[in-house]
Amino acid sequence: MSEMTTFPRLLRAHAASRPNDPALREKYLGIWQTWSWSQTMLEVREVACGLAALGFKRGDNLAIIGDNRPQLYMAFASAQCLGGVAVPMYQDAVAEEMTYVLDNAEIKFAIVEDQEQVDKLLEAREKNSHVSHIIFSDPRGLRNYSAPGLQSLESLRELGRNWDKSHPGAFDSQVEAGQTTDVSVMLYTSGTTGKPKGVCQTHEAFITAARGGVSFDKLVATDNVLSYLPMAWVGDHLFSYAQWLVAGFTVNCPESGDTVMIDLREIGPTYYFAPPRVFEGLLTNVMIRMEDASRIKRWLFDKFMAVAKRSGAKILDGEEVAAKDRLLYSLGNVLVYGPLKNTLGMSRIRVAYTAGAAIGPDLFRFYRSIGINLKQLYGQTETCAYVTLQPDRQIKFDSVGKAAPSVEVKLADNGEVLVRGPMVLKEYYKRPDATAESIDKEGYFHTGDAGVFDTEGHLKIIDRAKDVGRLSTGAMFAPNYIENKLKFFPYIKEAVCFGHGKDNVMAFINIDLTAVGNWAERKNIVYSGYIDLAGKDEVYSLIRDCVEKANAELATEGELSNSQIARFLVLHKELDPDDDELTRTRKVRRGFIQEKYGPLVDALFTGKQVQHIETQVKFEDGRTGSIAADIKIADAKRFPAVTKAAA
Amino acid sequence: MSDSAQRKIGDVILKADNVSLSFGGVKALTNISFDVREHEIRAIIGPNGAGKSSMLNVINGVYHPQEGTITYRGEQRKDMDTHAAAKSGIARTFQNIALFTGMSVLDNIMTGRNLKIKSTFVEQALWIGRARREEMENRRVVEEIIDFLQLQHVRKTPVARLPYGIKKRVELARALAAEPSMLLLDEPMAGMNVEEKQDMCRFVLDTNDQFGTTIVLIEHDMGVVMDISDRVAVLDYGKKIGDGTPDEVRSNPEVIKAYLGAH
Repeated sequence: MSEMTTFPRLLRAHAASRPNDPALREKYLGIWQTWSWSQTMLEVREVACGLAALGFKRGDNLAIIGDNRPQLYMAFASAQCLGGVAVPMYQDAVAEEMTYVLDNAEIKFAIVEDQEQVDKLLEAREKNSHVSHIIFSDPRGLRNYSAPGLQSLESLRELGRNWDKSHPGAFDSQVEAGQTTDVSVMLYTSGTTGKPKGVCQTHEAFITAARGGVSFDKLVATDNVLSYLPMAWVGDHLFSYAQWLVAGFTVNCPESGDTVMIDLREIGPTYYFAPPRVFEGLLTNVMIRMEDASRIKRWLFDKFMAVAKRSGAKILDGEEVAAKDRLLYSLGNVLVYGPLKNTLGMSRIRVAYTAGAAIGPDLFRFYRSIGINLKQLYGQTETCAYVTLQPDRQIKFDSVGKAAPSVEVKLADNGEVLVRGPMVLKEYYKRPDATAESIDKEGYFHTGDAGVFDTEGHLKIIDRAKDVGRLSTGAMFAPNYIENKLKFFPYIKEAVCFGHGKDNVMAFINIDLTAVGNWAERKNIVYSGYIDLAGKDEVYSLIRDCVEKANAELATEGELSNSQIARFLVLHKELDPDDDELTRTRKVRRGFIQEKYGPLVDALFTGKQVQHIETQVKFEDGRTGSIAADIKIADAKRFPAVTKAAA
Repeated sequence: MSDSAQRKIGDVILKADNVSLSFGGVKALTNISFDVREHEIRAIIGPNGAGKSSMLNVINGVYHPQEGTITYRGEQRKDMDTHAAAKSGIARTFQNIALFTGMSVLDNIMTGRNLKIKSTFVEQALWIGRARREEMENRRVVEEIIDFLQLQHVRKTPVARLPYGIKKRVELARALAAEPSMLLLDEPMAGMNVEEKQDMCRFVLDTNDQFGTTIVLIEHDMGVVMDISDRVAVLDYGKKIGDGTPDEVRSNPEVIKAYLGAH
């Protein structure tokens, strides 16, 4: 195994043992073009030699910017062949954002996709960044550019071929010199807090993470993936680069961002990765198209989706299912699920993963019920996106699975998830302070996420560690986690929970006007508008049901069982980013809300039945007004903690 | 960064001399003269009914002027017909979209290759010999245009299902498929929103830059015209009242009076 310790060596091994198998594909001019492993190796070699001819040295950083393209994936390997570090950057960042990373990583060489990226780099260069060589793969629109140091990938390869001839053996000795502990890639964290930080990962880290994933899900050389997520994101680097070179499967690059759905159908990947919003978008599309379908089709769809809901996930998990349901399910597979999966381009999927955000239980169950093995994982840039994985047949929508092979996970006293193993970052680039802050003396990386283990040893991520509080009784209180639970009910649009340092948990609820409005119509409940509807007794009892269901779930969740919601109220207005109550990405600003609605919070905690409130609102045209209402406060039933018998 | 200084504008390739056109008693064009140089973007502007479309129709042979001559690449023609115009390398798009709505984007653009097909009907029906080779060659050209105009995601979509802005782009694609040396665009941005207009501007400029296509453009939107044209001719009531670079036209008092109003 010592031979396979760096990515260039892995590539060389594939090129030697299976030179004609497909390594990369890209749709170009309407036709899928294939690079075999030997072609890939050759191109990587030419580009590497070209870079060497330009003066790229061991330890230098190579910026890689563009959509998912075979040439750019190969550029990662080219840099690594020379002992350099690949620095993928987000292709949609504006020049200003790029300048910071370019400066921070001291980028002198960049391989980019097209004119758009060249323009941005030239703009950044005017602001004194050190990019001296810009190499582009698509020459369109660049014919008349005469900036110094700008050249096409074609000419670089030409240069490389000549250099290779005049320096025999130089390339191979560079590959030999590569060590598994060398940094292979630097991924910048998005930097929601402060400036982005460059996360330095070694060959060993990503190869360990990739090997673990490959063996865990039994990925093989004949698998196919479609790579369409940003190359600068850790998920894409793990799935489309590290696992590609470890397992030797085929990476397919879509024709353009707009054609991903079409290309997905044509390729029919066997292994698929997408954030929850992609799965959500697909499902919404299906539902809208079903609305327009003929009556017979709709009837079939409804009928068989009910069957799938009842038994689909169980069949996937290999559980006992009544013979009749099993028969109905196979009929449904022919009539509904099969064609549906085909339309989605998911017919051949063996394993699909989602990560990055909480996925709604209905959404998750939908895909599993039609027979798509959708699973969740947990990880971050600093751990090569590899901490926990859900094992087949042990799938829960609210956990992220068990510690992956060769990962140690433990919880700190405040619930923070700590991770140790070879996949933990080497360091933050030029930030010893940040490195020391996040990796402790024992080598554990502090994720900043708070989690709990359930009775079967599955990790559940509940909140950011800094948001987790304690009730005055000492019980752990994870407001985000409870709010998410509430928001999964279709009638609840937003929820805000309070309770840190208090003896009980209280909640503000925002009803979803569409869902509750529909429900009211069906129930013949007359209302004049949002405020009226929100204050109806019937609505309160509807919401109480939801809150109590959430409480019942909490009761089964160990440490969190004592933070059930005691009282709640339904707000008279929708929380709105325009009123600063939500961030632009629709996260609740709990502190601000607590202050703004102070009287309501007090009323909840002091046990009042009704509270009058007047609030300022900003209308879309910028005018402000105020609305007033008497808001009722309701109690919710709480449940005694349940401990499941250990499995 | 990109170009216009480096794009070489060449000699006059199309010249209209004292052209007059009337329909019965209505004078559409009166004594109009103007020229188009190789590789330039030439705009014709004017209020509604000024005779802009008539001028374009005279250039590609739909209308035959009663007086005056059109000289195209040194050849003087009074009665050029549309087929001859197409053969001599002039392609156009229409003010109201004229695509085959039931056909896919790909097939629509393929029709633009019509003139390049030499194989016989029988060869095509049996898909043998020349027909096969030709289709592959034509498809490659069409795919390059699809790539150029970023239409990959609708390649196989029937045109009827497309939004207006994309249809306009398909029309441009079909015109480009004929590999024209001169492209006539009849209000390419009419009815578009700002974003669609920006896209279209970019495609027009790219076409001009990449293929060196000479472009004659009729447009309503003054901003667009002033931004992308090399020279602008202004018509009003069938008469030419101004001609020159965008700056010259902008400061021409007669143009200001007739068209720009308070600008």
